[in-house]
Amino acid sequence: MSILRISGLSRSFGGLRAVDGVDFDAEPNRITAVIGPNGAGKTTLFNLIAGSLRPDSGRVVFDGSDITGLEPHRVARRGISRTFQAIKLSKQMTALENVMLGRHVRSRAGFPSGMLAAPWTRTEERSIREEALRTIDLLGISEYRDRETGALPFGIQRSVELARALASEPKLLLLDEPASGLNVRETRALGELISLIRGKGISILVVEHDMSLVMDVSDEIVVLNFGRKIAQGKPRDIQANREVVDIYLGEEDA
Amino acid sequence: MSGPNRYLPVLACALCAFLLPALLAATKTAYLLTQLTMSAYYVLASLGLCLLMGYAGQISLGQAGFFAIGGYASAFLSKANLSAFASGRIAGLLEHVGLLVRGADAYGNAILSISPWIAFICAVLLAAGIAALIGTPVLRLKGHYLAMATLGFGIIVERIVRGTKDLGSADGLSGVPSFPILPGLAVAGGKALRASNFTIAWLVLALGLLALVNLIGSRAGRALRALHDGEEAAGAMGVDTSRYKLNAFVIGAVYAAIAGALLTHYNGSIGPGEASFMKSVRYVAIVAVGGMANLSGTLVAGLFLNFLSLRGVFGRFDDAVFGTILVLVMLLAPSGKARGRAGSRPGLPVFRRRGDPGG
Amino acid sequence: MPLELVLQYFLSGLIYGCIYAAVAIGFNIIYNATAIINFAQGEFAMLGGMIASTLAGILPLWLAVAAAVALTSISGVAVERVFLRRVARSGVLNTIVATIGLSMLIREAALLAWGESVRTLPFFSGTEVSSVYFLGAHFSPQVYWVAGATALIMAGLTAFFKFTLMGKAMRGCSANRDGASLCGIDPDRMVTIAFGISAGIGALAGCVVAPLTQTHYAIGAELAIKGFTVAAFGGLGNSFAAVLAGLALGMLESFSTVVVPEAYKDVVTLCVLLALLFAKPTGLLGSRAAATLKEY
Repeated sequence: MSILRISGLSRSFGGLRAVDGVDFDAEPNRITAVIGPNGAGKTTLFNLIAGSLRPDSGRVVFDGSDITGLEPHRVARRGISRTFQAIKLSKQMTALENVMLGRHVRSRAGFPSGMLAAPWTRTEERSIREEALRTIDLLGISEYRDRETGALPFGIQRSVELARALASEPKLLLLDEPASGLNVRETRALGELISLIRGKGISILVVEHDMSLVMDVSDEIVVLNFGRKIAQGKPRDIQANREVVDIYLGEEDA
Repeated sequence: MSGPNRYLPVLACALCAFLLPALLAATKTAYLLTQLTMSAYYVLASLGLCLLMGYAGQISLGQAGFFAIGGYASAFLSKANLSAFASGRIAGLLEHVGLLVRGADAYGNAILSISPWIAFICAVLLAAGIAALIGTPVLRLKGHYLAMATLGFGIIVERIVRGTKDLGSADGLSGVPSFPILPGLAVAGGKALRASNFTIAWLVLALGLLALVNLIGSRAGRALRALHDGEEAAGAMGVDTSRYKLNAFVIGAVYAAIAGALLTHYNGSIGPGEASFMKSVRYVAIVAVGGMANLSGTLVAGLFLNFLSLRGVFGRFDDAVFGTILVLVMLLAPSGKARGRAGSRPGLPVFRRRGDPGG
Repeated sequence: MPLELVLQYFLSGLIYGCIYAAVAIGFNIIYNATAIINFAQGEFAMLGGMIASTLAGILPLWLAVAAAVALTSISGVAVERVFLRRVARSGVLNTIVATIGLSMLIREAALLAWGESVRTLPFFSGTEVSSVYFLGAHFSPQVYWVAGATALIMAGLTAFFKFTLMGKAMRGCSANRDGASLCGIDPDRMVTIAFGISAGIGALAGCVVAPLTQTHYAIGAELAIKGFTVAAFGGLGNSFAAVLAGLALGMLESFSTVVVPEAYKDVVTLCVLLALLFAKPTGLLGSRAAATLKEY
C-alpha cells in the first residue's frame, strides 16, 4: 500500500490553476522526486499535502487515512514532517533548541506542567534534548548546536532545518528544494544523507531542481507542468521521455 | 534566558520580600514600602503581558482591561451584602462550609458577605473566561487589527465600569475589605500591615515570575518562541498555533487579574482609571523597555518606572513620560522582527541577556 | 419619537460621522502609502481645532482656520521625518506602537499648552446657534459647512489622486514601492506628503466641527479609535467607503442613545468595531486580496 496517495488534487489562485487534477502514489520507504519547470505547481502541491493550503478538490490519503484539508499541526502529528524552500528556522533560538522543537509531536508537556516544572516534564525534557542531540550528531553539525541559527552559514542552516524535521521521527519527510543554495560538494553530501534517511525506513518526497541529485537519488520521479502531472516513472524512463525533455529544453531542439 | 541563572530574579524577589522591610525600617525609610508593594502588583500584570507580547509575539493594548476586571470583580463580590438571603437554607449551608462569612460593617449592622477567597477566585476565573472567549476571534487577527481589537476591548471595559452605577461610576468602588490569606495574614492597607503586605506582594511576584521562567524553559515555552518567529514553521512542527496563542493570552489576562484583585484589596479601592488606555500603554512601554522577550528586563523596568511614577517623581507628566519612553524605545532599540535583518535587538543594552549578539 | 428629535439625532450623527470619516480618510492615505496605522491621526484633528481656536482671537476666522490647517500639516510632516521614518525600519508593528506613544506625547503637549479647558470656534456663518429651519427642527448652518468640507475633501482627494502628477506618483508608490522608485519617484517623499495631507485633512475636519462639538486636548484618542473603526468598516484604503462608513457609524452612535444609556454609547461603537474585525477584518467593502497586499 502506498504511503501517500494523491487523487485529483486541485487548487486555483484566482484564475490560475496552480495544481490541476494531480494523481500519484508514493511508495513507502522510497524516495519520490517531484520535478518540473518553475511555476509547475510543485511547492503548492507540498503545501496542499502539509496542510498549509486547502485543496479546491481532490484527496490526500496518508498511510491509509484521509488527511485532506487537515491543519498543518495535525498533519505533523500524523507523521509528516517538512522542510521549507526558504529556510524557516527560529533565528533567535539555538540550533539545538530548533531541533528540540522537532520533538514537539513526540512529547506531551503542556502549559500547566510547564509552569509548575513538574518532575515528569523534566525527564521528558531530558529525553527531548538527548534525541535532538542524537539527530544533530547524525547530520554532523554538533559544533554549531549552541549557536543562534540566525548567525549560522546557509548550508548549516539547511542541515539544522533537516535535523528538526528528522527529530520528529516522521513516516514521510517532505523536502522542499533542499539543494537550493548548496554547492556541488554539499549537494553530493545531501544526496548521501537522503539515502541514509531512506535507509532508516522513512519515506521521502522531494521537490528539487538539481537534476543530478534527482537522477542520482530518486527511486521514482513525478513530473509536473502547468499544474498537471505529465509523466511518472523510474529515473531512466524519465530521462528518455521525450515530452519531459521538451518542456525542460524547450526550443533548443529545433 | 537559559541555564541555572534564569532563576536568579526569582530568588532576588523572594529575598527582597523578606529582607527589604527590615532594611528600610533600619534606614527609617519604611514609608517607601507602600509604593514598592503597589509596584510589585503592577509589574505582575506587566509580566503577563511580557509573555504574550515578547514570547508569543501578540500585541495587546488591553491589559489594563483585565487588571480592572480582576480588581472590580473582587471588590464587588467581597463587598456584596447578602444578608437579604441570610435566612435561606442554601445561605446557611454555604456559611457552614465557609463560603459565606458573617460579620458587621462599620455601623455595626450585620452583613453576610462572600468569603474573600471565593471572591478572588471568581474574579480571576471571570477574567480568564472573558479572555478565553474573546481570545479566539481576536488572536486570528494580525498586527494592527489585533492592536485595535485589544485596544477596543480595554476601552469597553473602562466605559462599562465608568458608566455603571453599581460599580461606582466615576468614583469607583471603595471600602473594599481586606483579604485574609492565612490566619493573621491579610492583604490590606494600613501602616501596621505595611511590612507584611510588602512581603506578600513580593512573594506573589516571585511566584509569578517563577511560573513564567519555568514555562519559557519548557516544551510549551519553546513552542511559543517558535510561534513568534514563524507561525508556519511552528505549525509544521506540530504546534497548535491557535491554542498556544490563546493560552498565552489567557495567562496574561490571569496575571493582570490577580494583580488587579490583590492591589484592590491592598488599596481598599479601585477606580475606572485602572482600566484606561493610558494604563494599557504603560504596560506595553514597560515590556518594550525591558526588551520584549525578557522577563527580568520587564521586572526591573517595571519596578523602577512604577515606583518613580507612584512617588510622583514625574509629576503631571506621568503619561508623557511613558509615551516618551515608548517612542524612544521604538526609535533606538526596538526588538522583534526588523525588516530585512536576520536577528533582532533585544532591547536596551542594559537588559540584554547573556549570549545575545551585541550591536 | 417626534420628528424633531429624529432630525436632531440625524444631524448629530451626520456631524460626528463626517469627522470620523475625515479621520478615517487620513488613516487611509497614510495606510496606502506606508501600510501603517497612524494612531496619532486623531491628534491632528484635535490640533486643528485647538490651534484655530487660539488664532481666532487675533486673526480673521478664515485665516485662523487656514493657518491651523497649515501648521498641523507641518507638524504631520515633522512627526514623519523626525520619528516615524526611523522607526519604520523596524517593522510595521513597532511603528504602530510608536504612533501610539507619539499620540500620547502630542496629547500631553496640548495639555501643557492649552490646559484642560474646552475650547470652541465661532460659527463660520450665521450668528445664531440655530438659524436654519427644516422639517420642524432648527439647526445651525455650520452643518452645511461640515458636509461641504467633507465633500470638498473627497472631491479634492479624488481629483488629486486621479489627475495630478503627484497624486498618481503616490498611487504608484503604494501599489509598488520599488517599481515606483525605479521610475524616479522618491518613495520617502511620497510618505512625507501623505502625512502632510492626512494631517491637514484631520485639522480641517477638526476646525469645521469645533463650533458644534467643541474641542479639548483629550479628544484625539477617541477620534482615532472611531476613525479606525470607520476605516476598517469601509476596508482600509478605500476612502469613498470610509465616508459611507463614517456616516453609518455616526448615525449608529447617535441613535443608540435611544436604547442604551448615554454612558454606554462608546461601548456600542466599540462592539461594532470588534464584531467587524472578527467577522470581516478586511472591511465590508474591502477585499481579501487587498488586505493581504498590505500585510507583513
